[in-house]
Amino acid sequence: MAFLFAQFLTGLANAAALFLVASGLSLIFGVTRIVNFAHGSFYMLGAFIGVTLMEVLPGHLGFWGAIVLTGLAVGLIGALVEVVVLRRIYRAPELFQLVATFGVILVIQDLALMIWGAEDRLGPRAPGLRGVWRIFGEPVPKYDIVLIAITPFILLALWYLITRTRLGILVRAATQDREMVGALGVNQAWLFTGVFALGSALAGWGGALQLPTGGADLLMDFNIIGAVFVVVVIGGMGSLPGAFVASVLISVLNVFGVTYLPQSTLVLMFVVMALVLIVRPYGLLGREEVAGEHGQVGAPETPIRPYGPLGVALTAALLALLAALPAFADTFLMVLVIDIVVFALFAASLHFILGTGGLVSFGHAAFFGGGAYAAALLVFHTQTPMELAFLFAPLAAGLLALGIGWFCIRLSGVYFAMLTLAFSQLVWSLAFQWRSVTRGDDGLINIWPADWLNATVPYYYFTLALGVGGILTLRHVIHSPFGYALRAGRDSPRQAEAMGIDVKRVQLVAFALAGAMAGLAGGLFVFSKGSVFPTELEIAKSFDALIVVFLGGVKTLAGGVVGASFMTSVEHWLTRLEYWRLLLGLVIIAVVILMPEGIVGTLHRLWQRWRPASEDTAR
Amino acid sequence: MTLLRRTVLAFAAATALTPATVFAQDAGKAPILIGEINHFKRMAAFAEPYRKGIELAVSEINEAGGVLGRPLEFIFRDDQGDPAEAVRIAEELMTRDGAVMLTGTILSNVGLAISSFAAEKHYVYLASEPLADTLVWGSGNPYTFRLRTSTWVQAAMLAEKAATTDAIRYATIAPNYAYGTEAVEAFKANLKRLKPEVEFVAEQWPPLFNIDAGAEAQALERAKPDAIYNVTFGTDLAKLVRQGTDRGLFDGRDVYGLLTGEPEYFEPLGDEAPEGWFVTGYPWYDFAEGTPGGAFVTAYEEMFGETPKNGSNVGYLTGLSVAAAIEKAGSTETEAIRAAFEDLEIPGTPVGPLRYRALDNQSTLGAFVGTTALNDAGEGVMVDWEYKDPMPYMPSDDEIREMRPAE
Repeated sequence: MAFLFAQFLTGLANAAALFLVASGLSLIFGVTRIVNFAHGSFYMLGAFIGVTLMEVLPGHLGFWGAIVLTGLAVGLIGALVEVVVLRRIYRAPELFQLVATFGVILVIQDLALMIWGAEDRLGPRAPGLRGVWRIFGEPVPKYDIVLIAITPFILLALWYLITRTRLGILVRAATQDREMVGALGVNQAWLFTGVFALGSALAGWGGALQLPTGGADLLMDFNIIGAVFVVVVIGGMGSLPGAFVASVLISVLNVFGVTYLPQSTLVLMFVVMALVLIVRPYGLLGREEVAGEHGQVGAPETPIRPYGPLGVALTAALLALLAALPAFADTFLMVLVIDIVVFALFAASLHFILGTGGLVSFGHAAFFGGGAYAAALLVFHTQTPMELAFLFAPLAAGLLALGIGWFCIRLSGVYFAMLTLAFSQLVWSLAFQWRSVTRGDDGLINIWPADWLNATVPYYYFTLALGVGGILTLRHVIHSPFGYALRAGRDSPRQAEAMGIDVKRVQLVAFALAGAMAGLAGGLFVFSKGSVFPTELEIAKSFDALIVVFLGGVKTLAGGVVGASFMTSVEHWLTRLEYWRLLLGLVIIAVVILMPEGIVGTLHRLWQRWRPASEDTAR
Repeated sequence: MTLLRRTVLAFAAATALTPATVFAQDAGKAPILIGEINHFKRMAAFAEPYRKGIELAVSEINEAGGVLGRPLEFIFRDDQGDPAEAVRIAEELMTRDGAVMLTGTILSNVGLAISSFAAEKHYVYLASEPLADTLVWGSGNPYTFRLRTSTWVQAAMLAEKAATTDAIRYATIAPNYAYGTEAVEAFKANLKRLKPEVEFVAEQWPPLFNIDAGAEAQALERAKPDAIYNVTFGTDLAKLVRQGTDRGLFDGRDVYGLLTGEPEYFEPLGDEAPEGWFVTGYPWYDFAEGTPGGAFVTAYEEMFGETPKNGSNVGYLTGLSVAAAIEKAGSTETEAIRAAFEDLEIPGTPVGPLRYRALDNQSTLGAFVGTTALNDAGEGVMVDWEYKDPMPYMPSDDEIREMRPAE
């Protein structure tokens, strides 16, 4: 019993930092609707700035003063990021801002490496709080008790701020209806900046407060971001009490998981999140989102039409060029184009459900990696001929998508996205943990194509045919009656239902089709690389695709393909430089600011502005 | 100051890549290019010292006249820790940049991806840092060679010591991924063989670099073990040490730590470094002047203004190994280099003579084992250490032949 109580206390202490970071994220999302992936970076900055300040400031006052100052400093940095980057793109399509925050992550990672160096820092001890107190005979670190004691005060302070002050009233009003707040004459720009700064400061405090139990290192931004999103979603996006309850729930469950099921800790929180979302689609204390509430920002969308003669001619010319490539290019250029085509197909499949279906998936890698693993497992364990195993990739991925989609499509918006993420994490953990079958993170190796394809040129044509074929198929489907039904379901589910369209079923089929196409890309991938590892199923892989779709332009036809080609080429070129992450981050931020409709969307608009007359006559 | 220096260095490194090639060609001697692929950003704490080790080796080799009369040059490329990316870069290095062989990687999965690719395309790959033994054993192939001391061997050295004590009940804690599993299995197998009566009463598997140290310490304490075998490293180790020390987890218990004594992981602990653990590591501070080891440490400190890590040592040996292999091959043809690596002898390295076994392409790099302590300055160090030859701890030749499928 004493042991259980001590474990419970450990969980509560862990919840402190998690709650601070999560409440910041929740606040930011609630008011600005930004899914802020850079939140983990502010947590990391908090840790590094905290360590630096604690080295300078001595004694009790120095320690606690350093923590307070850290929050202020990180809040300032957050405000800077908001003003310089995010303020310019609030009117961009929904979720577009997450691409910008991804750029911010890269910039902060390299800046932190430049300033603080690569070596991990051990956090300073809180003065006078080294050692343990005995509670029912069990040792409990003194600092844990302090953390447990502090957390309710933070919750109370936030609660007071939100419910009892003018700022809080504005924040709550903006969370419910930000257009209305703007119409009432509140300066939204500064409200958003203020909330973003407060949210960042909370993350910074979280990073500084955890120092005596941990430290500062360059991986902590990604390490915490998953847990923070899980907490915010379980609690209900935008709900502070929800974030508190969920931090405690996740932290305490994790402590028990460590003791009674040690290997479960990889996915425990994602399992909990999936269960919560299946039972309560808006989190524990979340509020149901009214349809269309924040769906469309900016100008109403013109329907996407198939390309005119010029577009078709350009596409045909590009394909002809690609087909002629082996005649004059060196081997490596073909290898690079293979990679680009594979990634473009993967991105196009995500673009299909995201752009046309309005379903933002955070877990699309499950189908890419799933397809790759399906083919690789057959080859590895049963020596299946490559041709047969290859067919299995889209098939298995499609079936997987059908199964996962069945659970997910009943949700919408960010909750849909997070449930897909939870499922993709389950698939990942299966590949990671089930060592007897998948070899864990040693991966499946020596998965090479059949002899007739096992050279760069034949495999290049194979990839080109299937990759381009897959992309064209998806485009064809967009313009078919099925595609129109899918779009109708995206723009107005109620009217679509009234017209006799079974929206959920259409979405499920589209999700499965997108999964199968991602699986096809996975199949092409595994035989071009000769190996597959759980990294292909990671969250990062899903976000790679998501980012290129947004970069390319969600509301366009070619967005995914163009974004994938752009990103692969730029990344491939930049990584040979020392501070490539900084440069890549700046490139992404520049594209986001200069081209808020994505590369294709903005080019398209410029083109139309330039030649509106001839477009009309051609039509 | 650091910021400025780093920026200047970075700029120099970024701009130096191509011009160096041009200058060398002007001199009439094109350099021999080696493609080095690593996670310089994602694993910066481990990859940076490694890279510096290579740079030191290259500068010494080139000062002494280079290899086959030509300067040696490494092309450093960042793979972001992604196996697929690494395979593409490997192809580019070999077919476009003119590299004669590949080296690098810390993460085992990236190493395995390059290894499989190298075997298929017939490129020589020296896996310098990966920890997974399957690279040279279960998944070994004729084109992949491995420098770093095998995990099996290091675990066996710790198990040998553990078998001499009275401890019966063991608990293990290892990061939940392939290396952690391999390290625990190797320790268990070796200890059970030496002392069949031991039992393993708890196995903890924290996620890599995301440990919940308080909970892990409680779970280990609950099992009431006589001794603990630790495989965690990096930030996980720091957190575990802090929580475990506070909670009295290590009091009166033997602790064995794989890689714990490597400066990469041990130095950040500062004066909180645990005392009395039996570990593998890299005690550069004790290398006497005049010995090859001491000379390496001096040269390294002179060149970079910082003390070497274990990664520096591995990087330096990578440079020496590549140069020796190409010198022995007498040409830069792949098959010649591959043949040269088999039973390649390198006499005067900082850790003594080194050899690449033809049997399994594994180097004979050994391990430093010793006990941890705090020195007068309050820094964690290894004392009573010795450098152990790996050969007695290797599986038998027949067992290895059994494991290697390619031959």
